[in-house]
Amino acid sequence: MTLRTYVISRILLTLPMIFILLTMVFLVIRVLPGDPVLLHFEKQENPEAMEDMRHRLGLDKPLWIQYFDYLAGLFRGNLGESMEDYSSVGQQIFSAFPATLELAIFSMVVAVSIGIFLGVEASKGYGKTRDNVIRVFGIVTYAIPVFFLGMAFQMIFGLGLHWLPVGLRLHPTLDVPAGLNIGGIHFSTGLYTFDSLLEGNIYKFVASLRYLALPSLTLGLVLSGVFIRLTRSNMFETLRLDYVTAARARGLSENAVTYGYAFRNAFLPVLTMMGLQFATLLGGAILTETTFSWPGLGRYIVDRISFRDYTAIQGAVVVFGIFVSFVSLGVDLLYAYLDPRIRL
Amino acid sequence: MDKPKIRKGMLSSIIPGLSSLSQRGLAGWLVVLGLIIVASIVTMTAISPWVAPYNPSTINVGPPLMSPNSQFLFGTNDLGQDVFSRVLSGGGIMLEVSILSVIICLLIGVPLGLFSSYAGGLVDRFFCLIMDSIYAFPGLVLAIAIAAMLGRGVTNMALSIAVVYVPSYFRVIRSQVLSIKEMPYVEAANAAGAKGRTVLSRYIFPNVVPSIVVVATVNFADAILTAAGLTFIGLGVSADIPDWGWDLTNGRRLLSSGTWWVITYPGLMIILLALGFTLMGEGLSEMANPRLRE
Repeated sequence: MTLRTYVISRILLTLPMIFILLTMVFLVIRVLPGDPVLLHFEKQENPEAMEDMRHRLGLDKPLWIQYFDYLAGLFRGNLGESMEDYSSVGQQIFSAFPATLELAIFSMVVAVSIGIFLGVEASKGYGKTRDNVIRVFGIVTYAIPVFFLGMAFQMIFGLGLHWLPVGLRLHPTLDVPAGLNIGGIHFSTGLYTFDSLLEGNIYKFVASLRYLALPSLTLGLVLSGVFIRLTRSNMFETLRLDYVTAARARGLSENAVTYGYAFRNAFLPVLTMMGLQFATLLGGAILTETTFSWPGLGRYIVDRISFRDYTAIQGAVVVFGIFVSFVSLGVDLLYAYLDPRIRL
Repeated sequence: MDKPKIRKGMLSSIIPGLSSLSQRGLAGWLVVLGLIIVASIVTMTAISPWVAPYNPSTINVGPPLMSPNSQFLFGTNDLGQDVFSRVLSGGGIMLEVSILSVIICLLIGVPLGLFSSYAGGLVDRFFCLIMDSIYAFPGLVLAIAIAAMLGRGVTNMALSIAVVYVPSYFRVIRSQVLSIKEMPYVEAANAAGAKGRTVLSRYIFPNVVPSIVVVATVNFADAILTAAGLTFIGLGVSADIPDWGWDLTNGRRLLSSGTWWVITYPGLMIILLALGFTLMGEGLSEMANPRLRE
């Protein structure tokens, strides 16, 4: 199989997955509860308003028409209207999404860095004290509820030591980083760190990093255990291969052998794991965002739940799902590019 | 005839640590340590009504937000409830929800995995696609969506957690059956004219049991953490029943006042409970897959 055939078949495989995912969300939010409008109006004291909403949102049509309306809407990028004020759910999600993306990227970087470093350290002393301590660390981080770790960090580094801010993306008195502005052309990503660099504002860059520090450390730490375990077992095997011994025999330093030779081969499984763990990461992001009042998609969902705004919840869940599908597609394609064996 | 043999092998692969701990090494110790932690927490929760110094739900048993002292070992929360008593009894809901969700997962995931992989062909493809789609979805997001739609209650929480984890059971069992199904003794049974159902239940199933035990144990920890997460974002059972997850949610509002004791103790209990199951799972999976032990 050439790379091109692989890419095409992998993309074609993603489509049914996304279709099933969309159907699943429809089943959960529209069919499972019977009537979301009934749920929304908890007391059900105003039948007219309820009928009005059903009509407005198209919930009075037969289920199968609703289903096609929903799919057709999504196809055009329309995520529906909010039950609260009929505002566009898509727009709200669009503005909340970059915050989640930025948190996800930084947390993944933290998780993978800690995972690789500790995993490599553990594999060097396989079965010795260092290895066992790192293993215990991995097991314990797995058992910590992410929001409890977040609150512990808030207590220690924020409220106790006053080192780092404990909530939001940037201090309210600071303007949102503007991004690039050249000759009337405006470009911004919504990622505060990136935008402040584009703007050339180092102060805001450092500030947004400081706000990111605790949330991404929290989420990254909880996720790091998986990467520690994976790196450890892969490195343990790779370090015993002939080509590594050969590199050692040539007198290369231990670090050059470990990271320059052995780790290159042990990295591919880590890449796959990054794709697989991305879904877990987004789940953790909801709790982390709630803990740190981080104005992202997770915070949006939790917020909408308290308003019983089911159309908005549906939109956010759909976006989460599609986001994960695309990330895992991207990781698989990258893997195929890096490892020719997969294309055989 | 050969049934007792299988039973014996099965048992010793489930609880080997108890009889031959020393030979099992680290893995055996992990299982025993995990078991001790879990059993202590279950016991503590069960006997809490008799040993708790105060009624955990009664408000104003002391002044609100008192730091830990000799009268209130773990202090009091903003409602003047005794944090120590709440820690003793607060595991109930979490245990109920996780046990129920694991049972639901077992009841759905195991038969489905057995059936799908044994049937093969299009049926198998279909179930795999569905299960992979659920598996690829961010678990907590899905659980939140379902829990939000179903409403409060232990059963609803357990159901929404179970939906997320059924694919894990399905995948493990399916891959096991795929390899077992090709073994000569299964072929022999087929050749001897045994019915599909008999082959599945008498010949294949007993060999899948160790894997099921491992998945279920690991899954307990996931279920507990997911239940805590659901409670944290306000989809828990009820504020009236003492619950560690609820105490954490409540304590979050109080963080800025520096009342660390309101969240620290319930938080540590959740960690301990999840840790107990994780340790057990770690040890059991090492025993079930000796290859991983070098």
